[in-house]
Amino acid sequence: MTSDRHQTLPVSTSVVIFAALLILLFMTIGAAYLDLGPLAVPIAFTIATIKALLIVFYFMHVKFSSTLIKLFSMGASLWVVILLVFTLSDYLGRDLLNIVGK
Amino acid sequence: MSATAEAHAHPHHATEGGDDTILEHHYDDLEQQHESSMLGMWTFLATEVMFFGGLVGAYIIYRIIYRDDFAAAGRHQNVILGGINTVILLTSSLTMALAVRAAQLRRIREIVIYLVATMVFGAGFLGVKAIEYTTDYREGLFPFAGAWDWEKAQAHSGHAGEHEGESKHEELGESNSTISPKWYATIGTTTPDPAAAKVLPLRNRSQSDHAKLYFTFYFFMTGLHAIHLIIGIVLVGIMALLSWRRWFSGAGETQIETTGLYWHFVDVVWVYLYPALYLIDIHQ
Repeated sequence: MTSDRHQTLPVSTSVVIFAALLILLFMTIGAAYLDLGPLAVPIAFTIATIKALLIVFYFMHVKFSSTLIKLFSMGASLWVVILLVFTLSDYLGRDLLNIVGK
Repeated sequence: MSATAEAHAHPHHATEGGDDTILEHHYDDLEQQHESSMLGMWTFLATEVMFFGGLVGAYIIYRIIYRDDFAAAGRHQNVILGGINTVILLTSSLTMALAVRAAQLRRIREIVIYLVATMVFGAGFLGVKAIEYTTDYREGLFPFAGAWDWEKAQAHSGHAGEHEGESKHEELGESNSTISPKWYATIGTTTPDPAAAKVLPLRNRSQSDHAKLYFTFYFFMTGLHAIHLIIGIVLVGIMALLSWRRWFSGAGETQIETTGLYWHFVDVVWVYLYPALYLIDIHQ
């Protein structure tokens, strides 16, 4: 019986992920000093999300976990994405239709 | 419960390689036992994501409304110290991942070393955070207990010229604050006369007030994160002590891995807080 519990990753995997996280960190700091206009915030949070996914999938072993664990871990972010996307659709899209008084 | 369950109930049968983990009687096998703990921690983390998500959502909304004032406040952050702290926390995640690996391989000594390293990095993060908080307090950026002094903070960080220019605006009867008119209703100053609406909220709420709001968010979000980190350090310390005392069966693999999930989650929160609070405004 093969067990998920014994999916032991080599040290090199953790070190590579760590190096990737550091590179992404320096990328996001570098990008912050550039004048990217309206793209600045999306780029910063795209990089943050890539970092978060690397941590979740490798350091938190979700990539090697059962479907149930995958479902629960993704469910956590699904709800917060709903929270933020629906809120922002109001606050960012409020004046798009140019309805007077709205 | 047939013979299969009975076979699994014997710890050494559940996995290959002579697993010494004790199987609690209410689980079918070690696999299920381990999975239950992981699932429990992930469920807790899902609630934590919503907990921080609400705070981040509120921050985003106010940042949209008071964009320029929040940016002016955000530029008071020390990007270098924040960056150093990010490196420290990412390193602690690496040592935590290695501690989990050591537990899977049943190397007790290695577990203790990596867990202690994780605690040291966590404490290092809090130390840098303490320096940042102290500097903020001295510069008048602490929004509680009457310590708030925006003019002092502006003078301190070389934004004095910028501030002078804005003071002139105030003399002219305008505020140094910029809010697009579409947000008047949102921030609670509805008036039927658009001309009046243009002046009213701007007089009452200055850039200082909006910057204070930014720093209230900053101290709440980073403070909440720091509390989570303190809890994490205590948990990792308990795991290190119990490992060192050989208290666990199966080298505490399940226990250390659940603690690791919590630790990495705290790291993920910081991964979002750092750009949100420190980085997105500095290029202006």
